[in-house]
Amino acid sequence: MPILGADMTAGTLVVWRKQPGDRVEKGDIVAEVETEKGLIEVEVFTSGVIERLLVEPGTKVPVGTPLAIIREDGAPTAVAGAASAAALAEAPPVTSPPVETVRARISPAARKRAAELGVDLATVRATGPGGAMTREDVERAATSAAAPAQPTPVRPAGMRQVIAAAMSRSKREIPHYYLSTSIDMYQAMRWLTDENGRRSVADRLLYGVLLIKAVALALREVPELNATWSGSQAVPSDAIHVGVAISLRHGGLVAPALHHTDRQSLDELMRHLRDLTARARAGSLRSSELSDSTITVTSIGDAGVETVFGIIYPPQVAIVGFGRVAERPWAVGGQVVSRPVVNATLSADHRVTDGHRGSRFLLAVNRLLQEPSQL
Amino acid sequence: MTAEEITATVLEVLGQIAPEADLTQLRPDVAIRDQLDIDSMDFLNFVIALHERLHIDIPETDYPKVATLSGCVAYLAARAL
Repeated sequence: MPILGADMTAGTLVVWRKQPGDRVEKGDIVAEVETEKGLIEVEVFTSGVIERLLVEPGTKVPVGTPLAIIREDGAPTAVAGAASAAALAEAPPVTSPPVETVRARISPAARKRAAELGVDLATVRATGPGGAMTREDVERAATSAAAPAQPTPVRPAGMRQVIAAAMSRSKREIPHYYLSTSIDMYQAMRWLTDENGRRSVADRLLYGVLLIKAVALALREVPELNATWSGSQAVPSDAIHVGVAISLRHGGLVAPALHHTDRQSLDELMRHLRDLTARARAGSLRSSELSDSTITVTSIGDAGVETVFGIIYPPQVAIVGFGRVAERPWAVGGQVVSRPVVNATLSADHRVTDGHRGSRFLLAVNRLLQEPSQL
Repeated sequence: MTAEEITATVLEVLGQIAPEADLTQLRPDVAIRDQLDIDSMDFLNFVIALHERLHIDIPETDYPKVATLSGCVAYLAARAL
């Protein structure tokens, strides 16, 4: 069971997408697991042939539990599903009650019905012979859950707890420092208006994509902000995977990764951001998207406030915030003019960087946004 | 296309974007974004969906004209075949 967030302790295997004997390539989706962040597609991290599945659908297991055995190409058997050693080391001590690992006895009909009705098997009370869960148990659970008209793939209460745990840990362990600067967005917004004027509606860009790309490129100049904290030191990341905070309609948020953000064109980033937003809200993200981010960007949007000071998402070491782009008085060449301005903030881990480097980073973001056509 | 049909299409698209919203309570002359929890990505998806359904491409400069339900329906009715 991969760790899909700093404070995830367990997940429920919902369905296997591959069976013993199936060949899998690194990155293939092999299973779906239910977590507080919704239904997540689990990608395999090696290539080979599935030898055996170790966890039955409907079973909740702790993070790090092997899910399947894969015979790697030209190698002895590997165990899939256990998080990498680094990720395991990052797993916080389990403070919640021990997770139920005994396999529940669930009839195939019940499992099928649960999938159809979207019922979480962990919430169903089994009344069948010998404590087995029947189809009727599932249907009773479905009706007694007073199902809302729309399916809610993400359970807000569970997600709230995950956010609470991650943010409490962050504030407890990470000595944050905060920097802020105002950025003139005149060039960026003018370029964007021209560009979007030439594009059909489906190809238009949002200014948020310019901000994300500017952050990714600025990280090349101040790479120590693109890292994860492991034990007692920062481990720099070669790849730049910007996590974007996406708010969900029923409350809560997730910050899935845009992989290799610095290498994507604005069009690619826009396409991926649209896809990521839609899947985040539908509750169908992939495991790598929830575990790979090397930094987070939170943008409050054009209907929000002017400044946001983020809390670092462990084990990352920085978070960049953007407020609303608003028309404000701005001095240019001795004249006060009206300009679209955005407040950019950096919250960073003082164990890893200091304000001098953080300042360089924000100034680089500013400089990059003055030449939007180069992004 | 009648104004009623266009209104129904607009409400259907909004329902997909903000499934939790009670659209019967939507006030026609108040900005949609002030009444529903809609961000810039949602609004772009709204405009894209209208384009797919009605084949009307709303330029960015016209976004203020489609900000309210009544404004949006009037805008689309003037351009719909």
